[in-house]
Formats: sequence, C-alpha cells, structure tokens
Amino acid sequence: MSKRVGMEVSIAAAEVVGMTNVDVIAAYPITPQTHIVEHLSELVADGQLDAEFVPVESEHSAMSTCVGSSAAGARTFTSTSSQGYALMSEICYIAAALRLPIVMAVANRAISGPINIWNDHADMMMSRDTGWVQTVAENGQEVIDLLLHAFRVAEDHRVLLPTIVNLDGFTLSHMIEPMFLPEQAEVDRYLPPYVPKLRLDPAKPITMGPVGMPDVYTEARKAQDEALKASKPVILEAWKEFADQFGRQYHPVETYQTEGAEHLLLTMGSISETAMTAVDAMRAAGKKVGLARIRLWRPFPADELLAAVRGAKTLSVIDRAPAFSGGCGPVCCEVKSMLFDGGCSPYVWNYLAGLGGRDVTVEDFADMVAKTSACADRGEPMGYEFLNARE
Amino acid sequence: MGIAAEALKDFKGFSLKKLPVEEPLSPGHRACQGCGEVLALRLIMKAIGSNVVVCSATGCMEIITSPYPQTAWRVPWLHVAFENAAAVVSGVEAAYKAMNRKGIIDSPDTVFFAYGGDGGTMDIGLQALSGAMERGHNFVYACLDNEAYMNTGIQRSSGTPYGAMTTTSPPGKKSIGQGTQKKNLPAIAVAHAIPYVATVSPAFPVDLMNKAKKAAMIPGPAYLHVYSVCPTGWRHAADQTIQVAKLAVDSKVFPLYEVIDGEYKLSRKVAKPKPVADYLKAQRRFRHLTESEVAKIQAKVDADWDTLVKRCGAEEAPAPAKEDE
Repeated sequence: MSKRVGMEVSIAAAEVVGMTNVDVIAAYPITPQTHIVEHLSELVADGQLDAEFVPVESEHSAMSTCVGSSAAGARTFTSTSSQGYALMSEICYIAAALRLPIVMAVANRAISGPINIWNDHADMMMSRDTGWVQTVAENGQEVIDLLLHAFRVAEDHRVLLPTIVNLDGFTLSHMIEPMFLPEQAEVDRYLPPYVPKLRLDPAKPITMGPVGMPDVYTEARKAQDEALKASKPVILEAWKEFADQFGRQYHPVETYQTEGAEHLLLTMGSISETAMTAVDAMRAAGKKVGLARIRLWRPFPADELLAAVRGAKTLSVIDRAPAFSGGCGPVCCEVKSMLFDGGCSPYVWNYLAGLGGRDVTVEDFADMVAKTSACADRGEPMGYEFLNARE
Repeated sequence: MGIAAEALKDFKGFSLKKLPVEEPLSPGHRACQGCGEVLALRLIMKAIGSNVVVCSATGCMEIITSPYPQTAWRVPWLHVAFENAAAVVSGVEAAYKAMNRKGIIDSPDTVFFAYGGDGGTMDIGLQALSGAMERGHNFVYACLDNEAYMNTGIQRSSGTPYGAMTTTSPPGKKSIGQGTQKKNLPAIAVAHAIPYVATVSPAFPVDLMNKAKKAAMIPGPAYLHVYSVCPTGWRHAADQTIQVAKLAVDSKVFPLYEVIDGEYKLSRKVAKPKPVADYLKAQRRFRHLTESEVAKIQAKVDADWDTLVKRCGAEEAPAPAKEDE
C-alpha cells in the first residue's frame, strides 16, 4: 500500500526515481532542480540506491552522459532547469533521434535575461520541438505519478523516446505537500526492468549516430514524428494501468466545470489549482466559466483539447513564456492552429502571465475572463497581452 | 608503484611479425588519399581490439566511416555531437560499471574509447574532456590532431602551429598566418594527474600500438595525442604522409614521449635532429614563411624540446623500437 506522507516534492520525486532502481544519474546543479539530484546523490551515498551518480561539469555533459549511458543499455535519469536546459538542448534533439528512453525532470524556470531563477515555462517551450514525450504536473502527487509513468512509457518498445516531466520550479519543486508515496513492490509491479531493444555491446556491434545524407534525412525526421505520435496509445494505456493499480486516473487534458461553460480558461501546470479556485468563485457568482488544462504537452493532444473547448464562446489562454512578436504565446499558437484545423472558432485572448515567478491570483483569473468576454462582445480583434505589465 | 606502472608490469609490446589480424575499423571508408589520421585510428583500434565501445566526436573520422547505410565499424560505435565525446564515453563507462555491478551484464573487460580531432578536443571539447578526466572514468581518449578544422575546410584551431596558413589564418600584408602558438594539450592532460598520457605518430606504428594498448590496460583515464598528418590541409602530396610524420619527430617538432603516473619518459631520442626548415618546406601551408620566421620557429622547437627533456629528468631516452626504424 502507498503511504501518505508530507514531503517536499523534489525529495518525493527523488525517492520515486530511486525506487525505479535507475542505473545512471548524470546531473549538474541548477536552481530550482537541485533538491532532486541532491537527494538522489544521498540515496547513492547511503547505499540505498545502487547507481552511478555522475557529477558532470555542465548540463551539456549531463545530457551527453545520459545519451552514452542509455545507448549502453542502462536505465538513465537526469534533471535540469532553465539555462541548464538551454545548454543541453543540442543533445536533447539527438537523444530523441537516437530513440533513447532517458527520463528527465525539468523544474521549470524562466530563461535569462534578465537572469531570473523563478518559475515560468520558457524552458518547457524551448524543449517543445526536440521530439521528447512531455507531461506537465499540477501538484506533487502528479509529479511522482508522472515520473513513474515516464519510465514506463519511455522504455516501452513501442515508444523508445526520451521523456520529460515538467514541474513548476519552487511552486512545486520546493513545496511540502501531502502525497501517496508508492511502496517498492508497487513500483516493481508497475515498472518492469528495462530491457533495451538495442545497446552498445561488443558481442553485437551496432553503429549509432551515422551521417544522414539528403536522401535519408527527411525519412529519418518523418520516422521521428510518427514515433512521437505513435506514443499516444501507449501513454494512455500506461495511465489506465496506473489507475487500475493506484486508483488515480490521468488524461491528456483535464477539464473542470466545462459543462455548459461559455468562457474557458486554458492552463498548464500548478497555476491550474489557483484557476480552479477562481472558476469556483465565478460559478458561485452565476458565471458560466470552466477550465481546461493540458497535462500531455507532447505528443500534442489536439483531439482531447478540441473536445474540451468545443462549444465555448471565449477562450482565455494562459502562456507562461513569450513568443516575441509571434502574434501570441507558444501554447496559444498551438491552440489556435488546432481550432482552425478543427473548424472551431471561439474568441481567443492570450495572456502572458506568471512570467519569472510573478504570482497569478484568483482575482487575476477573474479579470482575464471578464476582459476576454468584454473584448469578444465588443468585437475587438483577437490578440495577446502581458498580464498586469507596468507601462 | 603507481596505478599505471602496476597495470603495466606484465605488459608485452607488439612486434611487426605478430600484429593482430583483426581490423575493428575496416577498409572501404571514405578518407582522403594519404590520410594519416585514419591510419593512426586504424592502428589504435588494432591495438585495443574488439572488446570495445567507441565514442566519436563529429569530424573527419565520423563522416568518412558512417555514411548511412554504410559503416566502417565492426565494433559498437556511437556518434552524438562535436564537443561531447568525452562526456558520452563517461556515460557508457558509468552504465557498464553499474550494470556489471548489478549483474545485468557481464563485461568487466570492455574498453571505452573516445576520439575527437584537435578542434573537437582542444577547443570546443576541452571542458567535456577535462570533466571526464577529473572524474576518473576508465577510458582512453585520443586527440587526432591534424592541426586545423579540416572537415569544415581547414580553419585554424588552437592546435594549429605558429605560422601555418589556414583558411581563417591566411598570411597577408598584416598577417604571418597563424599568429599564436600551439596549445600543449598533453601537458593539460598531465595536469589532471591521470595515470597515462602519451604522444604517438603513425610513422612509428609499433610505438603507437604499444602506447594504445597500454592506455587500454591502465585503469582510469588515459590520453593519447595523435599526430595526424593531413595532406589535404597541410598541402603536400598524398604519398608524403609518412615522410612528413617522420620529419616531425626527427626535427623535434613532435616529440614522442609517455607520462606514466606523472613521470615523463622520452620514447625516442633524436640524436641528429633535422632542421625544422626541412619539416616546414615539406608542406605548402608554411611556404610563405621568411627565413627569420623559420629561425623563430626553430628556436621555439629547441626550447620546447629542452623543457621536455628536463621534465624527463635525463638526456637519455630508451632505444627506439627496432621495427619503427
């Protein structure tokens, strides 16, 4: 039986990664990811986890070491944030192209400049097109559940793709939350030992990472796109089995009070809990407001999201990173594309909110819904704004 | 006795009559005619053998051996990027260590070998190499030094020697060509206090193979600095590769030595050194140099040699391997 604990989310994340009996962890310190790898290094130092902890000299080398380790056939984990992600991103593309099931926790943090250690989703958006499976946690329980799920999905021979679990820096990584922490036997039941499909083995030599000339490069990229799309049924299956075993059912998109809702908020991550409180207050005041939250970021759950928002008059899409001059933030851009493809045309206003650790309050969500609805009524052109930005 | 000396106490060298027949790096690759780099790499692979995992930096040796769907590699080989071969091999080694210990695999004697060019090692890959050496992974790293970014079209690197013409250090009215001195990477490797560092040249194949084998036998990091003649970039005829490599050693431009457990040891004394001018004249990358510049280079070569000999603690070096004469 899982035991109910009150624990810092980063420590719980490390405990769960430890329970996967991971073989190699390569990591470099960056705030706010540090507590995760610190605790993993403690587990190794105390002999509770039999793994190689490789304290590399940069995030670029962290991901490079993970690639070498995973290619050699070892279960492999790392964690990073922000500038660390930026530095390793070159190798993240290659990890996905090599189909290596590395699991990474990203404690989401703003990107410089100016330098800022606090939470937003700029690093998550930077990793969008690297070809990794990506999920986004709302609370501590989701962090540890999605981590277990990540290993299960990444290592499935029908998937074999690296996987990121995004957790908001500080607002999740450094919070002490009540969680059900699984027992070792439960983890063992859910997550079978990793059996690599191919590995670097002198007994069966393979060449990994060859040159792709123009005659094969397109096909290689297409194969990667197909592989990422094909991961979706496995992701759903692994969530179903998780629900059967642990009693918590996850979906690519979560909805809250969307029944009959005319105005929807669209969020990702821990901010969604505040948004739900705001929805409750607006519903109590008689307003037809609901919330859709993206949990599965890659592969993008267009069908589920379209089903969740179809019928709404307005959408207030919250982006936690800018796409400078692009017409809207990166999440909203995808949402608009999906709406267009789906023949669905609600009024969409995009809020760039919660950048670099700025709080987004219950009142802010109420203001957003009110503003979007007023703009729609006035027939103003759709657009975006930096929420509460001083002139 | 140091780690390296202990590991080498039963070391037996190669002889030309008893070279391994295996070719982990097979013929049929796409290297230029007269490529000294691929020759050195082939000899290293023969010495290390087939129980190996190879990690390659981006560069000539990666491009010419792996145009999909072909491969010249008969051993497991992984290429990831330009600057990270040492970090990638760190991961392979760590994985094997963990999996051997946990009983997942049984490969205790596998060798972990990474290589990169001078650009991939001395410039963009220096941090990753320094990290891997400092952490003490059990691996062999070879810097295949052809003294410029040859794969991208002969641009200067920190391995390019003073005075050399490259496409980004062209001689001109206000330029002598490469205006800086070559970075001493073996000394940087030695500064990491790793058990084994050696310089090797394909013109001395038995010495090269012996050192590669030693590097593989010694636990911990081992660094080979490989003189990698490049006719294409150095501007000499493809059939002059071995002559140029011999001249480099015989003119003291590229001394052959080992550093075992921190102790320098000359591999080959140079009793009657050839003038550096002979070495420079053999390559058109130096043809713009004036006599006074050549004299400057000669003085620097002499001074570096004296420093090396002092580090070796003796004027005398052991007799060279007969087969290499």
